[in-house]
Amino acid sequence: MAIQAGIWALEILAIAVPIALSVAYITYFERRVIGWIQVRKGCNRVGPAGLLQPLADGLKLFLKETIIPARANKLLFVGAPILALTPALIAFAVVPFGETSLFGLWDEPHVMAIAHLNVGLLYILAISSLSVYGFLMAGWASNSKYAIMGSIRTTCQMISYEIAMGFGLVTVMMLAGSLDLADIVHAQQGGLLHWYMIPLFPILLVFFISGCAEAGRTPFDLTETEELVAGYHVEYSGMWFATFSLAEYGTMILISLMTSILFLGGWYAPIPALDIIPGTFWLLGKAAFLIFVFIWFRATFPRYRYDQMMRLGWKIFLPWTLGWIFVVGVFIYTPGLDGIINFWLAWR
Amino acid sequence: MLETVFFNLFGGLSILAGMGVVLSRNTMHSVLFLILCFFNAAGLFFMLDAEFLGIILILIYVGAVMVLFMFVIMMLEVNVAKLKEGVVQYLPLGGMIAVLLLIEFVAASSSGVFTQGDKAVAEHFGREVNNTAEIGQILYTKYLLGFEIAAIILLVALVGAIVLTIRNRKDAKYQNISAQVKVRREDRVRKVRM
Repeated sequence: MAIQAGIWALEILAIAVPIALSVAYITYFERRVIGWIQVRKGCNRVGPAGLLQPLADGLKLFLKETIIPARANKLLFVGAPILALTPALIAFAVVPFGETSLFGLWDEPHVMAIAHLNVGLLYILAISSLSVYGFLMAGWASNSKYAIMGSIRTTCQMISYEIAMGFGLVTVMMLAGSLDLADIVHAQQGGLLHWYMIPLFPILLVFFISGCAEAGRTPFDLTETEELVAGYHVEYSGMWFATFSLAEYGTMILISLMTSILFLGGWYAPIPALDIIPGTFWLLGKAAFLIFVFIWFRATFPRYRYDQMMRLGWKIFLPWTLGWIFVVGVFIYTPGLDGIINFWLAWR
Repeated sequence: MLETVFFNLFGGLSILAGMGVVLSRNTMHSVLFLILCFFNAAGLFFMLDAEFLGIILILIYVGAVMVLFMFVIMMLEVNVAKLKEGVVQYLPLGGMIAVLLLIEFVAASSSGVFTQGDKAVAEHFGREVNNTAEIGQILYTKYLLGFEIAAIILLVALVGAIVLTIRNRKDAKYQNISAQVKVRREDRVRKVRM
């Protein structure tokens, strides 16, 4: 049992440490890409090509004083960043990073995930709905009007877009016939034409844009605009503030990985012949491209106003996904259309 | 062995959290205790191999219902001193309800209904149980009517809540989004020859 516990600890470290490192370097990547889009250099002073900038930023944040407002609810003020970060990290427990037979050591390929749940998709939905509490608590415990306005906006945004996201995922479940993330990837085996992005293209858009809202990224960063001073984290400083950013970037990585798994064929190559390259590279490559898209969004779009954000979530995405559930249902159960859908869904 | 440890952990924590809901002075803390209680109940579901119910409990209650609770409580100015008034006055009634509930719990748990549940779990043991699929099967076939009725009631409640809260203020300004989108440059900018 001690050995099993040790293996679990190693598995958790093998995922948590790369996430922390990639969050640090996504901030660097983001600054360089936005600099490139806006025809300027971005950070290039600390270390070669500015590569040590994230470490310098981290050190600065560690050394800054943590200020707790006098009238704040101290326990919840300190607990809120942890409540925000924990769901973003524990969601990674079920993400399958690929399949391996360990160079033929095992007879059957094993799924590379800490926990291979048969309800993985529901687990992700449930866990990502928990991060709301961190933001809600942060605003309330700060005892400040700007913080509470920001936290109400964040919470409204997150719960609105979660619904569209959940309904969008229903279509994926319908096509794959499973809630197991590995099964969903297996159902997309066989190259680009079998990926769910083709039959579910509108859902891909809804999912990714909702993911943007979920992570509070531009164009949905109205929760931390100038008019609110900074949003729910206005009273936070130093490492506690950085914890919120860590949660935001962690959610961004998670959304990118989930979009790749659910719609872009997971660890399969676009052409089956290219599957000799290990699947993990394909998955991480797709996720990296989507992270680039997130940053591209930030450099391109102006932000939504609060009422526009609500309208998009409730009046456009929700009917859209509900309609697509109907369309997918009709496609699956109409005998004549079977042949057409079979082209995409290998032998349903 | 391990199962007993976890059962005691989840069960004990849910009882403690339940007491925290009632006993804490700060309403916000009460809500957080209630969330902790739901979490431990979800843990108990997981121990019964009912992973679908456990996750749905977290998704619906913790992820949605409690957020709304918290919203309401955040907005309320709760006067704790006023809440504490009349404890003695209501103690006999409250005590009686508590004793009744206790008797009911004891009667229910000693009636043998729950041991049948154990048998059902034991029957499934040994074969691959996917209770998401099983719940779906039974819900959409045997209990379809009840399911549909529940759905209609929820829909009516939803529409009712919207109708009750909607206020058409005459002085409120609305934007016509499609009109905004249709606007062309010629509608807004005019070239003036000076």
